[in-house]
Amino acid sequence: MNMISVRGLSKRFGYRWALKNVSLEVKRGEIVALLGPNGAGKSTLLRILATLSKPTAGECEIAGFSLPQHAIEARVRIGFLAHQPLLYEDLNTEQNLAFYARLYRLNRPASRIDELLELFDLDSRRNEPVRTFSRGMQQRLALARVFLHKPRVLLLDEPHSGLDRATAAIVDHELKRLAKKGTTVLFATHDHQRAQHLARKVSVLSDGELVASTAHRASVSGLYRRALGARAGD
Amino acid sequence: MIGYLTAVFAILRKDLAVEWRSRQLLAGMLIFTLLVILIFNFALELDARVRSEVSAGVLWATFAFAGTLGLNRSMAFEKDGHALDGLLLAPVDRSAIYLGKALANLLFILAVALFILPIYSILYNVNLLNLGFLLVVLLGSWGYVSIGTLLATMSVQARSRELLLPVLLFPVLIPVLIAAVRASSFFLQGLDSSYIWPSLNLLIAYGIIMPTLATLFFDYIVEE
Repeated sequence: MNMISVRGLSKRFGYRWALKNVSLEVKRGEIVALLGPNGAGKSTLLRILATLSKPTAGECEIAGFSLPQHAIEARVRIGFLAHQPLLYEDLNTEQNLAFYARLYRLNRPASRIDELLELFDLDSRRNEPVRTFSRGMQQRLALARVFLHKPRVLLLDEPHSGLDRATAAIVDHELKRLAKKGTTVLFATHDHQRAQHLARKVSVLSDGELVASTAHRASVSGLYRRALGARAGD
Repeated sequence: MIGYLTAVFAILRKDLAVEWRSRQLLAGMLIFTLLVILIFNFALELDARVRSEVSAGVLWATFAFAGTLGLNRSMAFEKDGHALDGLLLAPVDRSAIYLGKALANLLFILAVALFILPIYSILYNVNLLNLGFLLVVLLGSWGYVSIGTLLATMSVQARSRELLLPVLLFPVLIPVLIAAVRASSFFLQGLDSSYIWPSLNLLIAYGIIMPTLATLFFDYIVEE
């Protein structure tokens, strides 16, 4: 079953096309990496799928719910990690997660929050305001926010950004574990090795167009170079 | 419906918690309100009768100016920290965000009123222990925040938001301010109720129509 389905998606900001006729399908339990240089349209695609932005043309579905018509049903199933942590700097770790738990109407938020704080090694900082956190710690808390309501579709924009090796390994392990249980992951990254290691499928975006896609564990760097090289020769 | 109300109160509770932690919004509004009331008091050296007649106008002008500080700040911290995106991801109709923020802004304005009214009572020699007047404060404040929250959401997207909000807000606030000043004057001066009802009716209508329109259009305003 396709959990993410994108057909002919285009997005224009003013006169500039950020996405041009992008089509993509991600099955249940699949981990897919989105590669591409800066400004390729990776974040725009993820923001549209997360219902934060509306496409200019094309269709997309999350877990069978078409966007933007069934955005609320889709949002229940989406966990979105943006460039920014989407946290309140004046609130502490626990207050931030408790707030999002209320928005998602979690049944037993306290135990889920404890579980995530332990996973991301933030337990000892639970009463400290987010403004005192380093970039890496904010990213860990942002990931905890994304995982909080156990979403079935994870849309992650540079999930390893700011993380040390140990935490990045924890994130990879958690993503693989969740994928085995049926969670679908679409993540944007610049890190070819990470994409190779983590993803089952890699798609390359350039100038808003999907220029290559592979389901094989071929060399991601090779694919990336060929795709962008072919594009430069157009 | 339960999910919708849960989101409204979660946002209200979060705004109160953020303010409790930072104390930036209320502190700014309280100091500003106190200064404006004092400036008006010393600038308008009026006799007791005239002072009583203009006191309601002074009070509502003070609320209107102080309120813009609060409205600007209440949306700015969502936008600057990009936390607004976090709210937009919530699986609930986006008008819940508007209602939660508007209720929080109402509580902030009422907190300012609670602080400033006793001082105002002493300086302008008016008895404020009047249920009708307190009702006008409540209705006027709700009318103010119901449109103010919507316009603050619009103006926060702009670079010159501090300038833009009053420019957008004050023209549409004129009916609610006139009605609030008239109704307050009537209650404080003990006039006949036939003078009061048109103003009260306008405040009630404004307090229903504006939030209804805002909940309908909020999704379009926050759309990227």
